[in-house]
Amino acid sequence: MTVPQLGDEYENEPDAPEPALLIRDLRKDFTAGRRRDRRRGPVRAVDGISLRAEFGHVTALLGANGAGKTTTLACAQGLERPSSGLVRLLGRDPWRAGPDLRARVGIMLQDGGLPQAIRPVPLLRHVASMYRRPADVDALVQRLGIDDFDRTSIRRLSGGQRQRVALAAALVGRPRVLFLDEPSAGLDPHSRRVVFELIQEVRAAGTCIVLTTHLMDDAERLADYVYIVEGGRNVLEGRVEELLTAGQRARTLRFTTGEPGLALTDLLPEGLRASLQLRERQSGSYELTGPLDISHLDHLTSRWSRRGITPSSLELQPRNLEDLFLEISERSSR
Amino acid sequence: MSAIAPLLADPAAREDGPAPGVRRVLAQGVFETLAMLRNGEQLMLLVLFPLMALLGLAFTSFLDPWAAQYGVSRVDVAMPGVLALCALSTALSGQGIATGFDRRYGVLRFLSTTPLGRGGLILGKALAVLVIVVLQYLVMGAAGALLGWSPGVVGVLLSLPALLLGVAAFTALGLLVAGTIRAEATLAVVNTLWIVLAAVGGSLLPAHALPGAGTWLVEALPSGALGAALRAGILEHQLSLPHCAVLAVWAVLLGLAARRYFKWS
Repeated sequence: MTVPQLGDEYENEPDAPEPALLIRDLRKDFTAGRRRDRRRGPVRAVDGISLRAEFGHVTALLGANGAGKTTTLACAQGLERPSSGLVRLLGRDPWRAGPDLRARVGIMLQDGGLPQAIRPVPLLRHVASMYRRPADVDALVQRLGIDDFDRTSIRRLSGGQRQRVALAAALVGRPRVLFLDEPSAGLDPHSRRVVFELIQEVRAAGTCIVLTTHLMDDAERLADYVYIVEGGRNVLEGRVEELLTAGQRARTLRFTTGEPGLALTDLLPEGLRASLQLRERQSGSYELTGPLDISHLDHLTSRWSRRGITPSSLELQPRNLEDLFLEISERSSR
Repeated sequence: MSAIAPLLADPAAREDGPAPGVRRVLAQGVFETLAMLRNGEQLMLLVLFPLMALLGLAFTSFLDPWAAQYGVSRVDVAMPGVLALCALSTALSGQGIATGFDRRYGVLRFLSTTPLGRGGLILGKALAVLVIVVLQYLVMGAAGALLGWSPGVVGVLLSLPALLLGVAAFTALGLLVAGTIRAEATLAVVNTLWIVLAAVGGSLLPAHALPGAGTWLVEALPSGALGAALRAGILEHQLSLPHCAVLAVWAVLLGLAARRYFKWS
């Protein structure tokens, strides 16, 4: 099947091999269902998101609730029709996808989407019957520990158990592209470990994995490449380690000395204050963030030493995705 | 780690892909049929209520005027209506409620992303409705036979076109309701429709003695048209084309409306 006008756009970059998923400048408007809401006009859920996801990589869409992650996935999965923009999944337009394309894509929806009255294994066998060469259901069930609770209908499973069944249902067709919408939602620590290990193995086998999450920890642990989205737009993207080291050596120093009401000017000389932020978390307890290095620490410790102060707590942390995410949210809400 | 190997995609495997379309729809049909038959409330709706209607009408004098008019027994007059009630129970209530809750739990969304797709999902549901109506025909037919019903081969054959059209119309109506309002509201609406159409919709009780335009009105309803067409086929061995045409129009209109307004999530 050819999709001429969409394909042409991609062929402007003949050197780059086409990725498993390519989204360019995606927009999606929803017309609100109720008449009262309809008068306000359509709601724009996605406002120009672009991304590419490669085989053998985990690509994470990271953002707060309502940032447009799930809608972006729904357009990539062919569940929603884009209002404008380009979406190509395995080189095809997912909205027009037939069974051939759907057979190569595995999807775990945010709410699971599982029938409630049936037990997990019969459900997985049923889903497997939709594929010519499905995964070995017994092996999958054993691997995800589903056999431990197969005597129970899906309705009575815990959130984590249900999530494991939904992951199995997404994997049973041995997909080339795997979509996971909030994969760790509701997972207890044990389920989380089981699920994350499996995701990493699926990636190692060359599958393209695209996941959404609002948890920084998920993205840091799983993702090769992260797109941070906010208000339906891309705000930042990069490899996890690049994002973390971006903005020089950004770090956070937390300390408690019991001296209340200090300002940055009290602590550091003028030449060392650039790009730093000081926040008094509680009286006498501070958080200093920015490109900190040994000269800053040197000044602080000499100051304390001169005054005979020993901080009751002192903690230096590298910047994590959460800090980055909060910085971006603050920046865009201003 | 080697345990996972057979689970994963093999980029070189050309034979990967969807199962054939017919097999996908059959699998979904069997899956939906078993789901309905395993559900106790559904079984009550699908088997117990029609059976109670049959016994009630066979052992009371409700239908005596019509039995006298057709010159047959009470059971003979009751059976076509009971079969119409079966179509109503399965296609409208049973299937509508199941679809409403499937939609609420995201099952429609999930299954439509598998090779089954949206079309396969709807065909699978329609297939399940047909299978269950056939099973109901057998069970009710057997119960009726115990009470002295003998429709003959011609009667049974002539009941099939109307039954098929009625199932199509009520399936479309069930999908329309389930695809547009919340699951709980679907439950309330289809059960109310079931009671109203069963009681005064011309299915169990024939409409052709109503005063004024009453007959015409009731037989323009899908339930009334189905009841009338089944009675014409089974009792008089006639294919009632006007009633079949009414059913076909309803099936097409409701089908188009369902296609237009059905929301998958």
